[in-house]
Amino acid sequence: MNFFELLSFGFVQRAIVAGCFIAILCSVLGNFLVLRKLSLIGDGLAHITFGSVAVGLILKVYPMYVAIPLTLICGYGILLIIDKTKLYGDAAIGIVSSAGVSLGILISSIAGGFNVDLFSYLFGNILAVSYEEVLLSILLSITVIIIIICFYHQLVSTTFDEDLAKVSGIKTKRINVILILLISLTVVLSMRIVGIMLVSSFLILPSVSSLQFARSFKEALFLSCLFSLFSVIAGIIISFNLNLPTGAVIVLINLCIFLFSFLLRKLNFVGS
Amino acid sequence: MSAIKVLDLSVKFEGFEIFRDINFTVEEGDYIALSGPNGSGKSTLVKAMLGLIERESGNIYFFDKPIKDFDEWYKIGYVPQKLSISPLFPASVEEVVSMGLLSKSKLSLRLKSYDKKKVLDALEMMGILDIRNKNISKLSGGQFQRVIVSRALVTEPEILILDEPTTALDPETREKFFEILSSINKERHVTIILITHDTGTVGKYANKLMYFDRKIIFYGTFDDFCKSESMSHYFGYGSQHIICHRH
Repeated sequence: MNFFELLSFGFVQRAIVAGCFIAILCSVLGNFLVLRKLSLIGDGLAHITFGSVAVGLILKVYPMYVAIPLTLICGYGILLIIDKTKLYGDAAIGIVSSAGVSLGILISSIAGGFNVDLFSYLFGNILAVSYEEVLLSILLSITVIIIIICFYHQLVSTTFDEDLAKVSGIKTKRINVILILLISLTVVLSMRIVGIMLVSSFLILPSVSSLQFARSFKEALFLSCLFSLFSVIAGIIISFNLNLPTGAVIVLINLCIFLFSFLLRKLNFVGS
Repeated sequence: MSAIKVLDLSVKFEGFEIFRDINFTVEEGDYIALSGPNGSGKSTLVKAMLGLIERESGNIYFFDKPIKDFDEWYKIGYVPQKLSISPLFPASVEEVVSMGLLSKSKLSLRLKSYDKKKVLDALEMMGILDIRNKNISKLSGGQFQRVIVSRALVTEPEILILDEPTTALDPETREKFFEILSSINKERHVTIILITHDTGTVGKYANKLMYFDRKIIFYGTFDDFCKSESMSHYFGYGSQHIICHRH
């Protein structure tokens, strides 16, 4: 089945639109995260969401109403841990992440299980995206990208070196908070739509691939968006024709792009 | 008006006192060589002055304005001893230098022509205009050092603070670098604080020396240092002579 035949299906159209918007959003944010050694924040925040969904279910409120503010607070908590304890980002993510998982398991055990599948909030399915979720992904992507454009230079400068950025008069703490809140919001909303596996891979793989080639930050952003968009469209076509799970195929395509990019750089096919 | 005034500055790190009650004033147009043994707190002193690390107590004034109210950061250029950037950071030399302009103006996504000219001027001053499009990950240590100095110079600062900027430079480039700093100081009256172990060489250019070892051991002109009996006792005549002989 070719691409145009696939487009005749409504669910494929929704998967492509939502997938492409979330791919662009995550790969743009991913460049900042990878360069700040915060690549695993997607997984960490997903575990927080798991715990906070459990809190929502036990309190009998719509889980996302609890998950969104709690994930934002915990994202900020990761920043505070890095700032106050001088630990590296991976350790801070690990602390918050393990707290989230244990909270989820503890509450689930106390409640004796839930009628709603707790894990459905973690593992969305790109081929089961609803019309409302498509709208949400578009709205989320546009909002986050507009904010990134507004703070672009401050974000790049703070990512380059925080001390130099501070001496340039940039309020680096404020910039870090903005970035972490954007990421937390992206993770908590996107993983309900396309699943944590895709969100996490979009946050890391397209940007590490683009960093093998890019000569400037804007080029890195452009290339990472291009790679992630290609992986979404190619992933949907391949998975459909070979009857394979779409999310996994998209991740593997991203992995292949990274390996290919890495090889090109090692073989000196990449210019100055 | 003094360029920098440091009043009763104390810094602690995890309960350990680095230094206490440091007081000194830097006059506009001064060129100060800040020297001292390894681990004496020179870099910490500079970072505390710039508000990069928390002060236990004390106040810093830039151009008679307390640091908490100071917002003219474009007047200050800073070159740290080392940067914590990722080796794969995707930026060209020009992009890194243009980041310095953020303190002066709100940059748009595309650099305006007058901002671009400032960037090119700063690159030319440091003799690296020819590598402006090169990715920073492909630069040698010396080239990268000069990029960071260009970044500090791009806003035409009135105070330039450099933390051992010549460590990655070969002797010839180092000498040239000191000459550039000297001309910036003399022609543009830029106040310079240079952390260096190379007191012998810098003595040719700097007008003041601060010797710091968790407290100010000496602060004054090179002439005063060379004539000082107490410094002869502190350093021994041999060491004092090494610092003074090229002055």
